[in-house]
Amino acid sequence: MQVPASVDYERATSLDDAIGRLERHGDGARLIAGGHSLLPMMKLRLAVPEVLIDINDLAELRRIRVDGDVLRIGALARHADLLASAIVGEQYRILHDAERVVADPVVRNWGTVGGSLCHADPAEDLSAAFGAIRAEVVARGPGGERVVPVRELAAGPFETVLAPAEVVTEIRAPLRPGTGSAYVKVERRAGDYAVAAAGALVRLEGDAIADVGIGLAAVGAPHSVAAETEQAILGRPADEATLDLAATAAAEECAPVADQRGPSDYKRALAGELTKRALRTAIARARGQEV
Amino acid sequence: MQVTMTVNGQPYTRDIEPRMLLVHFLRDELGLTGTHWGCDTSNCGTCVVHVDDVPVKSCTMLAAMASGREVRTVEGLESGEGLDPVQQGFVNEHGLQCGFCTPAMMMTARWLLDHNADPSQAEIREAISGTFCRCTGYENIVRAIRWAAEHPRAAAEAPVQEPKEAQPA
Repeated sequence: MQVPASVDYERATSLDDAIGRLERHGDGARLIAGGHSLLPMMKLRLAVPEVLIDINDLAELRRIRVDGDVLRIGALARHADLLASAIVGEQYRILHDAERVVADPVVRNWGTVGGSLCHADPAEDLSAAFGAIRAEVVARGPGGERVVPVRELAAGPFETVLAPAEVVTEIRAPLRPGTGSAYVKVERRAGDYAVAAAGALVRLEGDAIADVGIGLAAVGAPHSVAAETEQAILGRPADEATLDLAATAAAEECAPVADQRGPSDYKRALAGELTKRALRTAIARARGQEV
Repeated sequence: MQVTMTVNGQPYTRDIEPRMLLVHFLRDELGLTGTHWGCDTSNCGTCVVHVDDVPVKSCTMLAAMASGREVRTVEGLESGEGLDPVQQGFVNEHGLQCGFCTPAMMMTARWLLDHNADPSQAEIREAISGTFCRCTGYENIVRAIRWAAEHPRAAAEAPVQEPKEAQPA
């Protein structure tokens, strides 16, 4: 039987209350929302917080809305909320593609978008998806609010650049009409972490790639994106030759480790192939094709 | 710490350690052993219960987090009118072998049918993909849920489930 080590539990009544509690308790405190990554780690003693601060009552952090030309996703939105949001699916197909393969439907009912990003698991899907679309997170702390690009949020595996008393309140992405996006993942079985996964967002001018973002999950890509591959194909025609170039570049750019999900060479080849597939679908969607 | 929650319509208050998981609270504190406890890692999904009308894996939620909320377990499926159609479907279509995953399969199916009264085979398979049947009896489980979809009469008489939170994936 696996149970967490002894821990204190408190429930935050507001965002400021949560920040105040984090400040008072210092390093030993952890926020808990869905807890679907934190509690398994606590059972294994990979995480041993002294106090958990439950933020599930902060309904104001769960809203998903468009504000002017910005999509604003509350950090406490459940994965299922993101998947059920029509506006998210219209604006960023990549987010619905990714959410369909995050864990399983029951886990998605409780796990949160902000929690996934803040957990900074290198195999987690949303860092790659939100990284591909260059989203930003809003973090509130005792000193006020600041904005951190998703691409700069992770400081390393399971570590972020956030200060101990900072709380991610929402994820923001500007609406970008005319872009197309997609996310593809290979997993060993339904609901598993990725063997490898890739996400892409593309804007075309004529037939040239005018803007591109590429995210990679579970293959050791720095910040879960393929920044060099983006540069390599920017301005090139949106054709198969460019996709081949992207596949080669992405395979070189990532640094997968061998584990029970496969050897590193296989994952590297897969990262290239999935980059190509994600780009191909994103390009087709940017052209208004139904794929 | 003291927690208070409603389980199958009954209020319960208990003094527990904050680290106690909801699955152990239900089984050990309340004696509701219909909710099973399998892998401990939110993979096997045998511990699914409804919390505020949404299926969740109770091995990955602290009982403290469920305090103040409404929990429904497999013991709450049967109503005064008899078995829930989902339960009857599992009986009629031989939807269980060892029975270990059955409570979770049925709770997941109940929620699916509350939100999608006529799910396709693919939609059923997607909905139950968070719970493993190690007897690999999925064909009959899917048939059992289809049976319940085709015989919803008793469901209309069961307590009304207002969808509050997530939508079907």
